[in-house]
Amino acid sequence: MSEQKPAQGLPDKNAWRRFQKNRPAVVSAWFLAFLLLIVIAWPVLLKISSANFAQLHNPDQLSDAQFSAPSLQHWFGTDLHGRDLFSRVLFGAQISLLVGVVGAIVSLVIGVLWGAVAGYVGGRVDAVLMRIVDVLYSLPSIIFVIVLITTLGGLLKQSHLVQNSPALEGALRVTLLFVGLGAVSWLTMARIVRGQVLSLRTRAFVEASRALGGGPVRILARHIIPNIFGVVITYLALTMPAIILYESFLSYLGLGVQAPMASWGTLISDGVSQINPIRIYWWMIIFPGGVLVATLLALNFLGDGLRDAWDVKGR
Amino acid sequence: MYFARRLTFAIPLLLVISALAFALVHLAPGGPFDRERAPASPEIERNLKAAYHLDEPVWKQYLRFFGLVWQKGATGHWHHEPASFNISYKYRSHRVSDIIGQALPVSMTLGALAFGFAMGVGLPLGFITAARRGSWPDYAGSFLAILAVCVPGFVVGPLLILVFSVKLHWLPVALWESPAHMILPAIALGLFFSGKIARLFREGMLTAAQSEFIAAARAKGLGENLLLLKHAVRIAILPVVSFSGPMLADLLTGSFVIENIFQIPGIGVFFINSALNSDYTVAVDLALLYAILLVVLNLIVDFSYTRLDPRVKYE
Amino acid sequence: MWRNVFFHLLISAVVFLTSGCLHRETPADITIINNAEPESLDPAIISGIPEFRIVIGLFEGLTRLDPKTAQPIPGLAQSWDVSPDGCTYTFHLRIHLVWSTGEPITADDVVYSWLRAASPATASDYAGAFFYLKNGEAFVTGKIKNRSLVGIHALDRRTVRVELNHPTAFFLDLCALPVMSIVPRQTIEKYGDRWLMAQPLPVSGPFELAYWRPNDKVRFKKNPLYWDAANTQSQIIDILPLGSPDTALNLYENAQADIVLDRTLVPGELLDVLRKRPDFHPFNYLGTYFIRLNVTKKPFDDPRVRRALALAIDKKLIVTKITRGGEVLAATLVPPWTANYASPPGLGYDPVLARQLLAEAGYPGGKGFPRFEYMFDAAAGGGSKLHQDIAIELQQMWRDNLGIQMDLRQVEWKVLLSSYSDLAYEAARSSWIGDYDDANTFLDCFTSQNGNNRTGWKNPRYDTLINQANAQADLKKREQLFRQAETLLIHDEMPIIPIFYYVGLNYFDTNKIQGFYQNILDDHPLEYLRKVSPKPKVQSPD
Repeated sequence: MSEQKPAQGLPDKNAWRRFQKNRPAVVSAWFLAFLLLIVIAWPVLLKISSANFAQLHNPDQLSDAQFSAPSLQHWFGTDLHGRDLFSRVLFGAQISLLVGVVGAIVSLVIGVLWGAVAGYVGGRVDAVLMRIVDVLYSLPSIIFVIVLITTLGGLLKQSHLVQNSPALEGALRVTLLFVGLGAVSWLTMARIVRGQVLSLRTRAFVEASRALGGGPVRILARHIIPNIFGVVITYLALTMPAIILYESFLSYLGLGVQAPMASWGTLISDGVSQINPIRIYWWMIIFPGGVLVATLLALNFLGDGLRDAWDVKGR
Repeated sequence: MYFARRLTFAIPLLLVISALAFALVHLAPGGPFDRERAPASPEIERNLKAAYHLDEPVWKQYLRFFGLVWQKGATGHWHHEPASFNISYKYRSHRVSDIIGQALPVSMTLGALAFGFAMGVGLPLGFITAARRGSWPDYAGSFLAILAVCVPGFVVGPLLILVFSVKLHWLPVALWESPAHMILPAIALGLFFSGKIARLFREGMLTAAQSEFIAAARAKGLGENLLLLKHAVRIAILPVVSFSGPMLADLLTGSFVIENIFQIPGIGVFFINSALNSDYTVAVDLALLYAILLVVLNLIVDFSYTRLDPRVKYE
Repeated sequence: MWRNVFFHLLISAVVFLTSGCLHRETPADITIINNAEPESLDPAIISGIPEFRIVIGLFEGLTRLDPKTAQPIPGLAQSWDVSPDGCTYTFHLRIHLVWSTGEPITADDVVYSWLRAASPATASDYAGAFFYLKNGEAFVTGKIKNRSLVGIHALDRRTVRVELNHPTAFFLDLCALPVMSIVPRQTIEKYGDRWLMAQPLPVSGPFELAYWRPNDKVRFKKNPLYWDAANTQSQIIDILPLGSPDTALNLYENAQADIVLDRTLVPGELLDVLRKRPDFHPFNYLGTYFIRLNVTKKPFDDPRVRRALALAIDKKLIVTKITRGGEVLAATLVPPWTANYASPPGLGYDPVLARQLLAEAGYPGGKGFPRFEYMFDAAAGGGSKLHQDIAIELQQMWRDNLGIQMDLRQVEWKVLLSSYSDLAYEAARSSWIGDYDDANTFLDCFTSQNGNNRTGWKNPRYDTLINQANAQADLKKREQLFRQAETLLIHDEMPIIPIFYYVGLNYFDTNKIQGFYQNILDDHPLEYLRKVSPKPKVQSPD
């Protein structure tokens, strides 16, 4: 562990300064911000633009312009159904980024709470909690995910909650995917946080607070959690790409989001079937694949930058 | 003895995992005998389920899995019912042990080759990027390493086939018949891990370079490169070693994606298909296989630790 | 020191593993790419097409199918006599029939094989084939236990008599089904579920099972004791299980496989190019792609709604834009190339009439029509996404033509199957492949009690018509009854909406492979296959 930690409060200013010196990380941050901007702005733009433009770029609008190469009309070309690929990549980005963010947050919340409680309370509780983590570690996560998606999807269908609202059902189904992915990726977080908390627990400022009569909740909230901020934010940036990749794998297995909705995973697995010796509709793999890889690269560089800036170790 | 104790702890772990996996796969809707063509009469399906004891409560099926069921026969004598863990409901002509016995060595070979590739590429790449920190080889190398962890395997595989088999005719397109057939799948499988290892090793090297006894060695006047080689490597390899356990467990149990793309008769496809097809026993057997491998490999990792790092001792 | 030990261990492990799974073996004469890994090769158990294609090489029935016409021809039975009322068949086995292990094949083996497949204990999915035998249905469903009551008996070592309930026009076709093929009693009784792994495995067909490695390959070697072994053309045939169209194409293009059997193994996007090549062989296939509607759920309980949905589908667009294999639009369930039968007219594409019907049903312009789900199975691991692609087009057609909202629901294969049988769907994609060349193989599915009905549609008149047709010996009268029944099914009531009739596709080079014929059942006896060495080819720049 690093030796000089601020006593409490927000992350220190030096960290920000160190981060700003890391050029790849800064470029990545700008790239991600830019991507986010387009992803958010594009649907709005479609709403306010002329009907003709909106129709042409509606991600779900089928047309006869099947497999057309990139052109001024369709910047990324079109797919089998004649849908505009540019729009589909951007709408797919919504899903993929959301999967990444929500999945990472879910894994973060479970992981931080689990690890913090285990590390802080210690003793038998710690042992039990960490044994559970061990068990889940040894279970191939794909079995868990497959069962979760097939089972809960079925239960959802039967429940009265969504019986009369297919829109709500669709939203819940996507949420299920997010939560499922988050639920299988919190284990590492729990282990790291526990380690951090264990070492912080015995430190002077925590001991002092305890001596002054601070309860465990207060100590966790005021001293411990702020001090693991660096780990957490770094981890967030590094978990997102993993979860986005996992989603694309699930799409390849046919377990991803429901058509006609798209995610980068479904777009890429559509595109991959275009790689063959006879004819390649290259735009169907290059564009979704390129955007995915660029985003994951940016997230990784960002995560590395954050980690170096906060001097986080022990992943 | 520490390692003996670890092994005894593994037994309850395996029991919990088998129970968990058993419950999970039984939760999913549908059963192993659902077919496109309906059976000629409902009695047929009922008979089939009864013949394989799928009409029993799940807890009893679980006991039966391990061969812990005694039944009172027509003559009034209690007799032992055979265990079911070796029966596949989907592939009824094969024993599960025969399937694993045939497919696991294939996956293990491929996994070992991929491991070799990942180490062979990852370690030098990590070393170069660390030794030349901040220069263009570092940036280029780090970029490649991150790129390797960002491209989904189901994209890498077809691309490799397209370039090296279809266009250049250097290597076979698929199947598992000669050493030449192993090259592309090993690379496709190992690529992700080579990036991972390069990053871990680079990090380890940088940490080691700051540590006290390297500073001491530097003070003794040893040349920088030699210094890094002799001392830092020994420490920097530790994170790589501890990552090797779970990595090998993943690699040796095969990959659905790679086996599917290259048509390799490995065990990876069974992991996914048994869960998707409700082939209950096979899914649980494979979950156990994975857990056992993980336990054993982690033991080996910890053992290597004691040899590599004199500071680590297990009591 | 320890490092050396570890290193040696690693090396020897790798060497051991490598040597353990690389089999230097004789190359096959012919390599065939089949579809999925066969679940079983037990003729009584299998129900999938990939399994059928393999099993017909191992076990033969009393009849087999002519490779060109798919009509029944003598198999293990040399000839047969039919009683004047068409209800009794007397089969005469060939002289000197033996198993591949040398023991004689007798009439008792035939009786054993059939009763085994029909027995409730075997739980064969195809046991319905025995319903046509006297007391067959009662035996299959376990209502009678006495085997001698079932209408099959051995008269002597070479003669089998079969009694049927009705004259059954397609009975000789049924005899060629794997479920009715002749299997080795001793081996089955000795080894149980795993009898196919017995060494040696006695077979009655043209090939022996050299080995069967899951997910790797099935290898056949010629059975020299087969009655027609003189005409078996190849010594060794490999059959590869393969699910990815791209891998199949790669292997074929690189001459690592000679024949690709399955339509689903042709990458859909390339069909426009591939169809023009000389080594691509399309043929009319005895199968229909259709939509199931669950008539037990509102609003699909109203025939007007079901007809409106059917009339609003532009099938031509689906065939030209999505499937692209030259499929023929279907207005009926029974394909037009079925023997002894011509379907009645069905419904075409008429959005105006569709809107009118929907308005009559109480949903003018789609107003008030509940959102519903269309269920289809997902493609796993780079497989064909045909069902999803069709669903996406349907969604837009129904929205544009009828103003109704449909959601897509992609599920795993077994979830789709259990939704079918529990009627836990609203609309779902489906298809049916005929087992034999007769309209009954399609129309029988939608009788009230049939397990394949799966729509909740029950129509007593339809049941009566099908029963009458099957009791009818006169082919013309039979056809009329079937036509009346099918009119109910695909014109008046429409629990299903036919979309297109399948086109099968095989790819192989006629310069290299001989003895491969195409027929509407996509049935390809392997014994006729022969590889000829191609004329030395001029190196073509590719």
